[in-house]
Amino acid sequence: MSSLYVIVVGCGRLGAHLANLLSRAEHRVVVIDRSEAAFAGLSEAFSGFRVEGDAAEPGVLKQAKIERADLLIAATQRDNVNLMVALVAREAFGVPHVMARVYDPAREQVYRELGLSTVCPTLLAGEAFLELVHEAMSQGGAEE
Amino acid sequence: MKVILVGSGRTLYFLGQTFVAQGHSITIIDRDSDDCLKLARNLKATIVQGDASEPSILEEAGARGADIVLAATESDPDNLIICHMAQSRFGVPRAVALVNDPDNQNIFRKLGVDAISTSLTVASLIEQRAAFDQVMNVIPASEGRVMISEVALDERSPVVGLRLADVQLPEDALIAVLNRGSETLIPRGHTVLESGDRVLVVMLTRSREATLFKLTGQSS
Repeated sequence: MSSLYVIVVGCGRLGAHLANLLSRAEHRVVVIDRSEAAFAGLSEAFSGFRVEGDAAEPGVLKQAKIERADLLIAATQRDNVNLMVALVAREAFGVPHVMARVYDPAREQVYRELGLSTVCPTLLAGEAFLELVHEAMSQGGAEE
Repeated sequence: MKVILVGSGRTLYFLGQTFVAQGHSITIIDRDSDDCLKLARNLKATIVQGDASEPSILEEAGARGADIVLAATESDPDNLIICHMAQSRFGVPRAVALVNDPDNQNIFRKLGVDAISTSLTVASLIEQRAAFDQVMNVIPASEGRVMISEVALDERSPVVGLRLADVQLPEDALIAVLNRGSETLIPRGHTVLESGDRVLVVMLTRSREATLFKLTGQSS
């Protein structure tokens, strides 16, 4: 895979983790977060850029050179911010690939309809737990 | 009209008050419970406490039958999602977001959400008012393509003493209303303009300079 220009919005646990992985895979990465302290989550090997600011302000996205981005991942703690940033990136700045984390399954549904790629940790964790429950039950059943 | 207002604090309270005074039926959605108590005590409106970007809260507020949703929270992302949800889920005919960052005004419009920037609107009002001291109450309409201004005519004005039919305004400008003393009338071709008259002019924004020059004899 050739090197991509990736913007990661939100430098919390997920954002920092993704930024570190993408940077290690030799992609060009820009991380945006409202708080400078959040950048402490980036590894020492992280070779990308940091932009301090609110990604809901178009000026901040421009600072991250969004018009050049191949991919944007919106991973802040707030669903609405992630959805707005993803929509703005795609519709206003023509970023070819956008992805958003969305916690609330009800909202994920709406944004799937809009054609945004979303990842819903609540649904994923729910499925994983259910699988474990089935496993435990079938083992329990086998023992009887 | 059935109006749903979303936001918090004093702005929302005064917005609500204005709409109620105009005889609209108002539902307010506010996250803050203290705010909600105050609103419920002081406004003739239905109050719903909660996050309006949750579909269930919008539904509880009666979004399905609403004519307008106005999203005026302090968060632009919330305002966008609320308007989007109101339009796409509940078929609200008009959803308007009050944007905090002026840059978001155009961006929201690109995303299909009607947006108003308070700071841009106030700034343009002040700018236009400062340019002509005889020009008051400049109101932008039709996405800013149309301007409605009140112009005070004084003895320096080249149109004073003329019949309206003889005033040669630019094509896309119209004198719609005339205020003379305590009287307000719709002027006709035979109406003669007098010093001290205040006229309401409706014009395309691009003809504003030319129109105001014609009426006041002054350029900005």
